[in-house]
Amino acid sequence: MKKHQKITLALASATCSLMGALPNAHADISADYADWDVNAALLIYNESDRVTAVEPVISAKKQIDTDESIALKLVYDSLTGASANGAVPTNIAQTFTRPSGNGSYTTTANETSLDDTFHDTRVAISASWEMPLSRMDKLVLGGNISNEYDYTSIGVSSLFSRDINQRNTTLSAGLSFASDSISPIGGIPDPFSEMLPAGDANYSTTRLDSSESKTTVDILFGITQVIDKHSLLQFNYSYSQVDGYLTDPFKVISVVDAITGIPIDQVTGVAIVSGTTLSQVVYENRPDSRTKHSLFTQYKRNFSGDVFDISYRYMFDDWDINSHTVDFKYRLKTSDTTFWKPHIRFYQQSEAEFYTPFYLSGSQPTAGTNTTFATADYRLGEMTTTTIGIEYGHVYENHSWSLAAEYYLQTSTEPSNKVGELNNQELSPDVDAFMLRFNYDF
Amino acid sequence: MRRICIVITVLSLSACSQWGVKPWERSVLAKSEMALDSAPLTSALDDHIYFSKEASSGGRGFGGGGCGCN
Repeated sequence: MKKHQKITLALASATCSLMGALPNAHADISADYADWDVNAALLIYNESDRVTAVEPVISAKKQIDTDESIALKLVYDSLTGASANGAVPTNIAQTFTRPSGNGSYTTTANETSLDDTFHDTRVAISASWEMPLSRMDKLVLGGNISNEYDYTSIGVSSLFSRDINQRNTTLSAGLSFASDSISPIGGIPDPFSEMLPAGDANYSTTRLDSSESKTTVDILFGITQVIDKHSLLQFNYSYSQVDGYLTDPFKVISVVDAITGIPIDQVTGVAIVSGTTLSQVVYENRPDSRTKHSLFTQYKRNFSGDVFDISYRYMFDDWDINSHTVDFKYRLKTSDTTFWKPHIRFYQQSEAEFYTPFYLSGSQPTAGTNTTFATADYRLGEMTTTTIGIEYGHVYENHSWSLAAEYYLQTSTEPSNKVGELNNQELSPDVDAFMLRFNYDF
Repeated sequence: MRRICIVITVLSLSACSQWGVKPWERSVLAKSEMALDSAPLTSALDDHIYFSKEASSGGRGFGGGGCGCN
């Protein structure tokens, strides 16, 4: 009876897998109702002079019936290092106030202004329940909670799928909802208010509430098609609506002299002459809604044991950002138990319509203006990124492991309206990162 | 660009009726490495990095949120 159950389960699992109906579906011929199928991974992400992240993750899936399973996942994310605050670099050292208002930090001349105060850990727990609704229909319900020192997110999701065309075609539709809240150190800055010196008695006048929130609704439609004995194709359309506080409370925009391009001294109102006084910067402000559309397609083909895997995504939104992403992997089978998998990814995005790398003195909006939008966050500027990596893995009957190393490079486009000293500076220099990832499947 | 994507999608969908295999022809497709997302943990880690560093997210699945992401 036990053996019969195993065979039934293996066949059912294999069928679901080749349908590609669900992102997490995969065949596991050793699965057993009584066992948890456990996967673990450790990611180390390191940017030169900036962020370092260490992220262990463990997931466990239990088959509770032929087509029914539950899965749990735990993620721990530790972040240290420095993050660009949005201010322009110049040929003089610059001083900025920490988000708490109780201290300051000084950045080096001719270097990107990095805020070195953040240190955060994130814990995320998610659970999902996959169940059959009928012989051809399936539903996956999910929930997740994520918590950081200043950020909390709670989300639920559902994904329905139906097999048609002799199980050669799978149609899917999904809906997810997330509610996030942020309580940044020092509170929510008033848009376009000036950063004040550390310990300034009026610091609280630049702050609004202590916390803000946002909601995200995602809708997903997909179709997966078996082409032939060796290949699969998938198309997805997804719609995302985000409402609420989308501003980054830690990001600022420099105010520079209109002729010399040197940042203005917050106290004297003229160009800074040394790094000992505060540079004039104003807090950014983003729209309180964003609508995104994504078209995604993936093609996968088996060549005599090797697997060719390519995907493309086109994204556009009402912030005037559009992006193209091409992701390519090739799993080269070197023996029955080993493989190499090179990976290349190209990404290119246009800038948000309100991307403002700096203000010429006098052109910045007055404090409290919430009808004007601006950010100097380079992540909303025009840029291209490239990822190149290689993975090596061993696959055994009862366990498998793999080790991957990747290099990630971000290259931003410099603004065309630079003046004076800004012409000698790189406002958004290349950012590169190394990633090391270890996966172990029990 | 949007029109091109729509045309490609429609043409591809119309081709779906010509595609497919019989149940006994699925041995290669049933291999775990042929699942569309054959390494979900890796995909989730990658998505988290790119969500933090770029202005786009989602596509394969839900875009979601879930972190402050400096």
